[in-house]
Amino acid sequence: MNLDLTWMAWTWPTAAFFGTIFLLLCGMAAWEYASPGGNPRVGVLRFETTRGDRLFLSLLGSAFIHLAWLGLVGPNLWWALALSVVYAVGVFRYV
Amino acid sequence: MEKTWNNKAWFLVLPMLVLVAFSAVIPLMTVVNYSVQDTFGNNVFFWAGTEWFEELLHSNRFWEAMARNLIFSFIILAIEVPLGIFIALNMPKKGWGVPVCLVLMALPLLIPWNVVGTIWQVFGRNDIGLLGYYVNALGIHYNYVQDKYDAWVTVIIMDVWHWTSLVVLLCYAGLVSIPDAFYQAAKIDGASRWAVFRYIQLPKMQRVLLIAVLLRFMDSFMIYTEPFVVTGGGPGNSTTFLSIDLVKTALGQFDLGPAAAMSLVYFLIILLLSWIFYTVMTNYDAER
Repeated sequence: MNLDLTWMAWTWPTAAFFGTIFLLLCGMAAWEYASPGGNPRVGVLRFETTRGDRLFLSLLGSAFIHLAWLGLVGPNLWWALALSVVYAVGVFRYV
Repeated sequence: MEKTWNNKAWFLVLPMLVLVAFSAVIPLMTVVNYSVQDTFGNNVFFWAGTEWFEELLHSNRFWEAMARNLIFSFIILAIEVPLGIFIALNMPKKGWGVPVCLVLMALPLLIPWNVVGTIWQVFGRNDIGLLGYYVNALGIHYNYVQDKYDAWVTVIIMDVWHWTSLVVLLCYAGLVSIPDAFYQAAKIDGASRWAVFRYIQLPKMQRVLLIAVLLRFMDSFMIYTEPFVVTGGGPGNSTTFLSIDLVKTALGQFDLGPAAAMSLVYFLIILLLSWIFYTVMTNYDAER
Protein backbone atom coordinates (compact mmCIF):
# COMPACT_ATOMS: atom_id res chain seq x y z
CA MET A 1 0.00 0.00 0.00
CA ASN A 2 1.43 3.35 -0.99
CA LEU A 3 0.57 5.80 1.78
CA ASP A 4 1.03 9.16 0.08
CA LEU A 5 1.10 11.91 2.69
CA THR A 6 2.57 14.68 0.54
CA TRP A 7 -0.75 16.56 0.67
CA MET A 8 -0.10 17.09 4.38
CA ALA A 9 3.03 19.05 3.46
CA TRP A 10 5.18 17.63 6.26
CA THR A 11 8.38 19.38 7.33
CA TRP A 12 11.01 18.21 9.84
CA PRO A 13 10.34 21.02 12.35
CA THR A 14 6.56 20.37 12.41
CA ALA A 15 7.15 16.61 12.60
CA ALA A 16 9.48 17.22 15.58
CA PHE A 17 6.80 19.44 17.16
CA PHE A 18 4.12 16.76 16.90
CA GLY A 19 6.62 14.09 17.95
CA THR A 20 7.30 16.09 21.12
CA ILE A 21 3.57 16.39 21.85
CA PHE A 22 3.19 12.64 21.27
CA LEU A 23 6.09 11.88 23.61
CA LEU A 24 4.59 14.19 26.24
CA LEU A 25 1.30 12.29 26.01
CA CYS A 26 3.16 8.96 26.28
CA GLY A 27 5.01 10.33 29.31
CA MET A 28 1.72 11.38 30.90
CA ALA A 29 0.27 7.90 30.23
CA ALA A 30 3.31 6.29 31.88
CA TRP A 31 3.02 8.69 34.82
CA GLU A 32 -0.65 7.79 35.17
CA TYR A 33 0.22 4.09 35.10
CA ALA A 34 2.86 4.56 37.78
CA SER A 35 0.72 6.87 39.91
CA PRO A 36 -2.97 6.46 39.05
CA GLY A 37 -5.71 8.96 39.84
CA GLY A 38 -4.35 12.06 38.08
CA ASN A 39 -3.13 13.66 41.33
CA PRO A 40 -6.09 16.04 41.72
CA ARG A 41 -5.48 19.09 43.91
CA VAL A 42 -6.62 22.68 44.42
CA GLY A 43 -3.90 25.17 43.50
CA VAL A 44 -3.62 28.90 42.95
CA LEU A 45 -6.57 28.93 40.54
CA ARG A 46 -8.76 27.84 43.49
CA PHE A 47 -10.30 24.87 41.68
CA GLU A 48 -9.36 21.25 41.32
CA THR A 49 -6.95 20.30 38.54
CA THR A 50 -5.45 16.98 37.54
CA ARG A 51 -2.04 16.60 35.95
CA GLY A 52 -3.76 16.30 32.55
CA ASP A 53 -5.35 19.73 33.16
CA ARG A 54 -1.94 21.07 34.10
CA LEU A 55 -0.38 19.73 30.88
CA PHE A 56 -3.20 21.28 28.84
CA LEU A 57 -2.73 24.64 30.60
CA SER A 58 1.03 24.44 30.06
CA LEU A 59 0.68 23.75 26.33
CA LEU A 60 -2.04 26.36 25.77
CA GLY A 61 -0.15 28.97 27.78
CA SER A 62 3.07 28.14 25.92
CA ALA A 63 1.32 28.71 22.59
CA PHE A 64 0.20 32.16 23.73
CA ILE A 65 3.68 32.94 25.13
CA HIS A 66 5.21 32.12 21.73
CA LEU A 67 2.62 34.22 19.91
CA ALA A 68 3.13 37.15 22.28
CA TRP A 69 6.90 36.87 21.82
CA LEU A 70 6.52 36.85 18.03
CA GLY A 71 4.23 39.86 18.11
CA LEU A 72 6.05 41.94 20.71
CA VAL A 73 9.73 40.93 20.54
CA GLY A 74 10.77 39.15 17.36
CA PRO A 75 11.24 35.89 15.49
CA ASN A 76 13.94 34.42 17.76
CA LEU A 77 11.81 32.03 19.78
CA TRP A 78 14.44 30.34 21.99
CA TRP A 79 13.75 32.75 24.85
CA ALA A 80 10.02 32.20 24.39
CA LEU A 81 10.66 28.46 24.66
CA ALA A 82 12.70 28.96 27.84
CA LEU A 83 9.93 31.16 29.28
CA SER A 84 7.36 28.48 28.37
CA VAL A 85 9.37 25.80 30.18
CA VAL A 86 9.53 28.02 33.28
CA TYR A 87 5.77 28.66 32.94
CA ALA A 88 5.05 24.92 32.58
CA VAL A 89 7.14 24.11 35.66
CA GLY A 90 5.19 26.82 37.52
CA VAL A 91 1.87 25.36 36.37
CA PHE A 92 2.83 21.83 37.42
CA ARG A 93 4.09 23.10 40.77
CA TYR A 94 1.43 25.63 41.80
CA VAL A 95 -1.78 25.17 39.74
CA MET B 1 0.03 -0.25 43.78
CA GLU B 2 -3.70 0.19 44.10
CA LYS B 3 -5.68 1.62 41.21
CA THR B 4 -8.53 3.98 41.97
CA TRP B 5 -10.45 2.84 38.90
CA ASN B 6 -10.15 0.47 35.97
CA ASN B 7 -8.34 2.30 33.17
CA LYS B 8 -9.14 -0.46 30.66
CA ALA B 9 -12.46 1.30 30.10
CA TRP B 10 -10.51 3.86 28.06
CA PHE B 11 -10.27 1.27 25.27
CA LEU B 12 -14.01 1.77 24.76
CA VAL B 13 -13.37 5.30 23.49
CA LEU B 14 -10.85 4.04 20.92
CA PRO B 15 -13.34 4.11 17.98
CA MET B 16 -14.20 7.74 18.79
CA LEU B 17 -10.50 8.52 19.03
CA VAL B 18 -9.93 7.13 15.52
CA LEU B 19 -12.90 9.15 14.21
CA VAL B 20 -11.63 12.36 15.82
CA ALA B 21 -8.14 11.65 14.48
CA PHE B 22 -9.42 11.55 10.92
CA SER B 23 -11.91 14.40 11.21
CA ALA B 24 -9.95 16.80 13.42
CA VAL B 25 -6.40 15.86 14.37
CA ILE B 26 -5.05 15.08 10.88
CA PRO B 27 -6.61 18.23 9.33
CA LEU B 28 -5.22 20.26 12.25
CA MET B 29 -1.76 18.79 11.70
CA THR B 30 -2.02 19.74 8.04
CA VAL B 31 -2.97 23.30 8.99
CA VAL B 32 0.09 23.48 11.27
CA ASN B 33 2.25 22.26 8.38
CA TYR B 34 0.74 24.83 6.01
CA SER B 35 1.21 27.65 8.52
CA VAL B 36 4.99 27.50 8.28
CA GLN B 37 5.15 27.20 4.48
CA ASP B 38 4.16 28.99 1.30
CA THR B 39 2.68 27.43 -1.80
CA PHE B 40 1.76 28.49 -5.30
CA GLY B 41 -0.26 25.33 -5.87
CA ASN B 42 0.59 22.00 -7.48
CA ASN B 43 1.47 20.59 -4.01
CA VAL B 44 4.82 22.41 -3.99
CA PHE B 45 5.72 24.08 -0.67
CA PHE B 46 8.46 26.49 0.44
CA TRP B 47 9.61 26.93 4.02
CA ALA B 48 8.50 30.26 5.53
CA GLY B 49 9.10 29.64 9.23
CA THR B 50 7.18 31.98 11.52
CA GLU B 51 6.78 34.66 8.85
CA TRP B 52 2.99 34.27 8.50
CA PHE B 53 2.47 34.47 12.25
CA GLU B 54 4.58 37.64 12.49
CA GLU B 55 2.73 39.14 9.55
CA LEU B 56 -0.61 38.26 11.12
CA LEU B 57 0.25 39.63 14.56
CA HIS B 58 1.37 42.94 13.00
CA SER B 59 -1.58 43.12 10.62
CA ASN B 60 -4.18 45.82 11.22
CA ARG B 61 -6.66 43.81 9.19
CA PHE B 62 -6.53 40.92 11.68
CA TRP B 63 -6.82 43.09 14.80
CA GLU B 64 -9.63 45.13 13.25
CA ALA B 65 -11.57 41.93 12.47
CA MET B 66 -10.92 40.74 16.03
CA ALA B 67 -12.15 44.08 17.43
CA ARG B 68 -15.28 43.90 15.26
CA ASN B 69 -15.93 40.39 16.52
CA LEU B 70 -15.57 41.39 20.18
CA ILE B 71 -17.75 44.51 19.73
CA PHE B 72 -20.37 42.43 17.94
CA SER B 73 -20.38 39.78 20.69
CA PHE B 74 -20.62 42.45 23.38
CA ILE B 75 -23.55 44.22 21.67
CA ILE B 76 -25.59 41.08 21.03
CA LEU B 77 -25.05 39.85 24.60
CA ALA B 78 -26.08 43.25 25.96
CA ILE B 79 -29.33 43.00 23.97
CA GLU B 80 -30.14 39.27 23.94
CA VAL B 81 -29.63 38.47 27.63
CA PRO B 82 -31.87 41.20 29.16
CA LEU B 83 -34.41 40.78 26.34
CA GLY B 84 -34.41 36.99 26.80
CA ILE B 85 -34.97 37.33 30.56
CA PHE B 86 -37.75 39.87 29.98
CA ILE B 87 -39.59 37.63 27.49
CA ALA B 88 -39.14 34.52 29.66
CA LEU B 89 -40.55 36.35 32.69
CA ASN B 90 -43.62 37.35 30.69
CA MET B 91 -44.31 33.99 29.08
CA PRO B 92 -47.29 32.05 30.48
CA LYS B 93 -46.42 29.34 33.00
CA LYS B 94 -49.71 27.39 32.61
CA GLY B 95 -52.43 26.71 30.03
CA TRP B 96 -52.58 26.61 26.25
CA GLY B 97 -50.30 29.62 25.91
CA VAL B 98 -47.27 27.59 27.03
CA PRO B 99 -46.94 25.28 23.98
CA VAL B 100 -47.84 28.14 21.61
CA CYS B 101 -45.13 30.38 23.05
CA LEU B 102 -42.58 27.57 23.13
CA VAL B 103 -43.19 26.69 19.48
CA LEU B 104 -43.03 30.36 18.44
CA MET B 105 -39.79 30.78 20.36
CA ALA B 106 -38.27 27.62 18.91
CA LEU B 107 -39.07 28.56 15.28
CA PRO B 108 -36.14 30.94 14.63
CA LEU B 109 -33.74 28.38 16.08
CA LEU B 110 -34.89 25.77 13.56
CA ILE B 111 -34.10 27.90 10.52
CA PRO B 112 -30.69 27.20 8.93
CA TRP B 113 -28.17 30.02 9.15
CA ASN B 114 -27.92 30.64 5.41
CA VAL B 115 -31.72 30.84 5.15
CA VAL B 116 -31.78 33.38 8.00
CA GLY B 117 -29.18 35.39 6.09
CA THR B 118 -31.21 35.21 2.88
CA ILE B 119 -34.43 36.23 4.68
CA TRP B 120 -32.78 39.33 6.14
CA GLN B 121 -30.92 40.14 2.95
CA VAL B 122 -34.23 40.39 1.10
CA PHE B 123 -36.14 41.85 4.08
CA GLY B 124 -33.66 44.72 4.40
CA ARG B 125 -33.47 45.68 0.71
CA ASN B 126 -34.80 49.16 0.13
CA ASP B 127 -36.37 48.33 -3.24
CA ILE B 128 -38.28 45.09 -2.55
CA GLY B 129 -37.70 44.33 1.16
CA LEU B 130 -40.50 45.03 3.62
CA LEU B 131 -38.17 46.49 6.24
CA GLY B 132 -35.93 48.49 3.91
CA TYR B 133 -38.79 49.88 1.81
CA TYR B 134 -40.94 51.06 4.72
CA VAL B 135 -38.06 52.45 6.80
CA ASN B 136 -37.08 54.58 3.77
CA ALA B 137 -40.75 55.49 3.20
CA LEU B 138 -40.79 56.87 6.77
CA GLY B 139 -38.03 59.27 5.72
CA ILE B 140 -35.18 57.42 7.46
CA HIS B 141 -32.33 56.76 5.07
CA TYR B 142 -31.50 53.05 5.33
CA ASN B 143 -29.28 51.11 2.96
CA TYR B 144 -27.24 48.26 4.42
CA VAL B 145 -25.37 47.78 1.15
CA GLN B 146 -23.82 51.26 1.20
CA ASP B 147 -23.89 52.42 4.81
CA LYS B 148 -21.71 50.61 7.37
CA TYR B 149 -23.90 51.62 10.33
CA ASP B 150 -27.00 50.28 8.57
CA ALA B 151 -25.09 47.06 7.82
CA TRP B 152 -24.18 46.69 11.51
CA VAL B 153 -27.74 47.41 12.62
CA THR B 154 -29.06 44.80 10.18
CA VAL B 155 -26.57 42.12 11.26
CA ILE B 156 -27.25 42.80 14.96
CA ILE B 157 -31.05 42.78 14.59
CA MET B 158 -30.77 39.58 12.55
CA ASP B 159 -28.73 37.89 15.27
CA VAL B 160 -31.10 39.12 17.98
CA TRP B 161 -34.06 37.79 15.97
CA HIS B 162 -32.34 34.45 15.43
CA TRP B 163 -30.82 33.76 18.84
CA THR B 164 -32.76 35.60 21.57
CA SER B 165 -35.09 32.58 21.59
CA LEU B 166 -32.26 30.42 22.88
CA VAL B 167 -31.80 32.73 25.88
CA VAL B 168 -35.59 32.82 26.37
CA LEU B 169 -35.92 29.03 26.36
CA LEU B 170 -33.01 28.57 28.75
CA CYS B 171 -34.33 31.24 31.14
CA TYR B 172 -37.85 29.81 30.91
CA ALA B 173 -36.50 26.36 31.84
CA GLY B 174 -34.82 27.96 34.86
CA LEU B 175 -38.00 29.82 35.84
CA VAL B 176 -40.40 26.86 35.65
CA SER B 177 -38.06 24.81 37.84
CA ILE B 178 -38.63 27.19 40.79
CA PRO B 179 -41.02 25.53 43.27
CA ASP B 180 -44.25 27.40 44.09
CA ALA B 181 -43.27 27.45 47.77
CA PHE B 182 -40.73 30.20 47.03
CA TYR B 183 -43.41 32.45 45.52
CA GLN B 184 -45.83 31.68 48.35
CA ALA B 185 -43.21 32.61 50.95
CA ALA B 186 -42.48 35.85 49.07
CA LYS B 187 -46.19 36.66 48.98
CA ILE B 188 -46.54 36.11 52.74
CA ASP B 189 -43.55 38.42 53.30
CA GLY B 190 -45.16 41.03 51.04
CA ALA B 191 -42.22 41.02 48.62
CA SER B 192 -42.42 43.40 45.66
CA ARG B 193 -42.22 42.20 42.03
CA TRP B 194 -38.63 43.45 41.87
CA ALA B 195 -37.71 41.65 45.14
CA VAL B 196 -39.13 38.38 43.77
CA PHE B 197 -37.04 38.81 40.63
CA ARG B 198 -33.87 39.89 42.45
CA TYR B 199 -33.90 37.35 45.30
CA ILE B 200 -35.76 34.34 43.87
CA GLN B 201 -35.88 34.26 40.08
CA LEU B 202 -32.47 35.68 39.19
CA PRO B 203 -30.49 33.41 41.59
CA LYS B 204 -32.44 30.39 40.34
CA MET B 205 -31.69 31.37 36.72
CA GLN B 206 -27.99 31.88 37.41
CA ARG B 207 -26.88 28.53 36.00
CA VAL B 208 -28.91 28.72 32.80
CA LEU B 209 -27.90 32.35 32.32
CA LEU B 210 -24.27 31.33 32.59
CA ILE B 211 -24.83 28.70 29.90
CA ALA B 212 -26.70 31.23 27.74
CA VAL B 213 -24.00 33.91 28.03
CA LEU B 214 -21.14 31.52 27.32
CA LEU B 215 -22.94 29.79 24.44
CA ARG B 216 -23.94 33.05 22.81
CA PHE B 217 -20.48 34.52 23.25
CA MET B 218 -18.76 31.51 21.69
CA ASP B 219 -21.30 31.30 18.90
CA SER B 220 -21.16 35.01 18.07
CA PHE B 221 -17.37 34.93 18.17
CA MET B 222 -17.42 32.28 15.43
CA ILE B 223 -20.26 33.83 13.39
CA TYR B 224 -19.85 33.44 9.64
CA THR B 225 -22.83 32.46 7.52
CA GLU B 226 -25.45 35.09 8.40
CA PRO B 227 -23.32 38.27 7.93
CA PHE B 228 -21.60 36.69 4.93
CA VAL B 229 -24.94 36.11 3.19
CA VAL B 230 -26.36 39.55 4.10
CA THR B 231 -23.40 41.88 3.67
CA GLY B 232 -20.55 39.71 2.37
CA GLY B 233 -18.38 41.46 4.99
CA GLY B 234 -19.11 44.89 3.58
CA PRO B 235 -19.58 47.69 2.86
CA GLY B 236 -15.79 47.82 2.65
CA ASN B 237 -14.62 45.66 5.53
CA SER B 238 -17.12 47.02 8.05
CA THR B 239 -18.79 43.69 8.84
CA THR B 240 -15.80 41.46 8.11
CA PHE B 241 -15.50 39.31 11.20
CA LEU B 242 -12.63 36.91 11.87
CA SER B 243 -14.22 33.92 10.16
CA ILE B 244 -15.16 35.93 7.06
CA ASP B 245 -11.62 37.34 6.89
CA LEU B 246 -10.24 33.82 7.21
CA VAL B 247 -12.33 32.50 4.32
CA LYS B 248 -11.40 35.52 2.18
CA THR B 249 -7.70 34.84 2.82
CA ALA B 250 -7.87 31.08 2.31
CA LEU B 251 -10.33 30.74 -0.56
CA GLY B 252 -10.57 34.23 -2.06
CA GLN B 253 -6.86 35.00 -2.19
CA PHE B 254 -5.68 31.35 -1.96
CA ASP B 255 -3.03 32.42 0.58
CA LEU B 256 -2.92 29.07 2.34
CA GLY B 257 0.08 29.84 4.57
CA PRO B 258 -1.28 33.09 6.07
CA ALA B 259 -4.77 31.54 6.30
CA ALA B 260 -3.36 28.53 8.17
CA ALA B 261 -1.53 30.83 10.61
CA MET B 262 -4.72 32.80 11.13
CA SER B 263 -6.70 29.55 11.63
CA LEU B 264 -4.31 28.45 14.34
CA VAL B 265 -4.46 31.75 16.24
CA TYR B 266 -8.26 31.70 15.92
CA PHE B 267 -8.29 28.07 17.07
CA LEU B 268 -6.16 28.89 20.12
CA ILE B 269 -8.52 31.71 21.11
CA ILE B 270 -11.54 29.39 20.74
CA LEU B 271 -9.69 26.67 22.68
CA LEU B 272 -9.01 29.12 25.51
CA LEU B 273 -12.66 30.22 25.56
CA SER B 274 -13.84 26.59 25.52
CA TRP B 275 -11.58 25.80 28.44
CA ILE B 276 -12.94 28.77 30.40
CA PHE B 277 -16.49 27.62 29.50
CA TYR B 278 -15.80 24.07 30.63
CA THR B 279 -14.01 25.12 33.82
CA VAL B 280 -16.69 27.60 34.86
CA MET B 281 -19.46 25.07 34.24
CA THR B 282 -17.79 22.13 36.01
CA ASN B 283 -16.75 24.25 39.00
CA TYR B 284 -20.20 25.76 39.28
CA ASP B 285 -21.64 22.22 39.40
CA ALA B 286 -19.03 21.12 41.95
CA GLU B 287 -19.81 24.09 44.22
CA ARG B 288 -23.48 23.21 44.18
